[in-house]
Amino acid sequence: MTEREVVVSIRGLEKSFGTNVVLRGVDLDLYRAENLVILGRSGTGKSVLIKILVGLIEPDAGTVVVLGQDVHALKRRELDALRVRLGFAFQHAALYDSMTVEENLGFPLRMNHPKMPEAEVRERIDDVLEAVGLPQTRHQMPSELSGGQRKRIGIARTLILRPEIMLYDEPTAGLDPSTCGEINDLILQVRERYRTSAIVITHDLTCARATGDRIGVLVEGQLLVVGTFDEVFANPDPRIQAFYDYNFIQGARA
Amino acid sequence: MAEPPLFSARIDRQLAGVHAFSAFVAATLVSTARRPFYANEILQQCYEVGVRTLPLATLTGLITGMVFTEQSRPSLASFGATSWLPSLVTLALVRSLAPLVTALVCAGKVGSSIGAELGSMKVTEQIEALTVSAVNPIKYLVVTRTIATTFMVPVLTAYFGFVAFLGAYFNVRSHEGTSWIAFVKNGFGSLDVLDVGSAVVRAVVFGFTIGIIACWSGVSATHGTQGVGRAANGAVVQSMLAIFVLEILIVQVISLVRSL
Repeated sequence: MTEREVVVSIRGLEKSFGTNVVLRGVDLDLYRAENLVILGRSGTGKSVLIKILVGLIEPDAGTVVVLGQDVHALKRRELDALRVRLGFAFQHAALYDSMTVEENLGFPLRMNHPKMPEAEVRERIDDVLEAVGLPQTRHQMPSELSGGQRKRIGIARTLILRPEIMLYDEPTAGLDPSTCGEINDLILQVRERYRTSAIVITHDLTCARATGDRIGVLVEGQLLVVGTFDEVFANPDPRIQAFYDYNFIQGARA
Repeated sequence: MAEPPLFSARIDRQLAGVHAFSAFVAATLVSTARRPFYANEILQQCYEVGVRTLPLATLTGLITGMVFTEQSRPSLASFGATSWLPSLVTLALVRSLAPLVTALVCAGKVGSSIGAELGSMKVTEQIEALTVSAVNPIKYLVVTRTIATTFMVPVLTAYFGFVAFLGAYFNVRSHEGTSWIAFVKNGFGSLDVLDVGSAVVRAVVFGFTIGIIACWSGVSATHGTQGVGRAANGAVVQSMLAIFVLEILIVQVISLVRSL
């Protein structure tokens, strides 16, 4: 069997904010074309983990190697070059609210590829709008979109740079169950269409089961267990079982 | 375990704030000299700062010129010196009123706008979205806005001075019947190079101050919508305070230069 390519390698990651210790020695690998879900309750440092991964937050200790590069040893330009290969879908989409959907989508392209012909920019915008199933929103302002549409356009904006790794921060938070299902499908479609690897941060077990090849549970700043959904929740650790109960889906286990 | 405070928790926090602001100013200055230059965004911000402030500058300039002239007349009339009104008004406008009032107007209008805009972008993660898209927010948001205020506040100051001069002329014309040519000759005859030069320096310094403080206030915003309100408010209050402090310093420096 050939060894799978590791695209993200995290070792001994630690981070505190004042006296609040958020991450306590996290070790993690993400493999090429894999969807890895990090489960954890709100405030357990899940978002901090992926923000460290793109260099938005400096860790106190540990190493983060992404696509073969040590993120926190890179110079600004090198880090920017790496960031173009990563897609970060924010929890609240973080769309630029003074721009239309089309301008939001074209912005990262025009900034990073100023010489790209306008026809190609439009072609890429058409492609990602089709990928997220929202071509009709092209001329709308972000304030005119629903919560689910905003998340989709947020994902489309990250896809426009054709990233190799997607980072989803709470992709289903605040959405109704039907829209959550659509977002879960979209995460899977993105992998198929763009051949991305992904880390999905969530506290939604349905999202985790639907999108994750492997699941890690972050409790008190440590990854307690990493495995498939069934492997993880077969673990008798009361903190994992409590999390399972917290999501109120005990009846779905069997 | 948390380290004990160096002085006191409050002083340490303020020193950390001063250090962070200094680093922010340094990063802005360094970024200004580096590519890319985002010319379109700079032009857009110049439009936002300059053109959108014109109506306010026109109104405040006209009123300042008229009221200052009206209020100065009785004092000069008691010496029978109302003919000095044009030179008095022109000197007051160029030496202090135009740069100072324009800067205060811009601190209110432009400072609050920049503070609220960047504050809103900060709390909704739009600034982080720029960063992860490999766009330097200091370069794209801060440098462009600071260049715009540094360039447009002097332009608005010149415009304010001209409109206030017109307001003063209308007042003098209606009371003393002075002609436009006599008013201009009398007014500008009293000015020297240092007066004009110091007005330009003031306007440039005030413009930079408004831009950098408003941007700092915006990008430092925290705690949701309340934080956006605080950012807008902080941008206005802090830049106005800074303008007054700088005005005192600049006046001292100019007095020193005049005495040489």
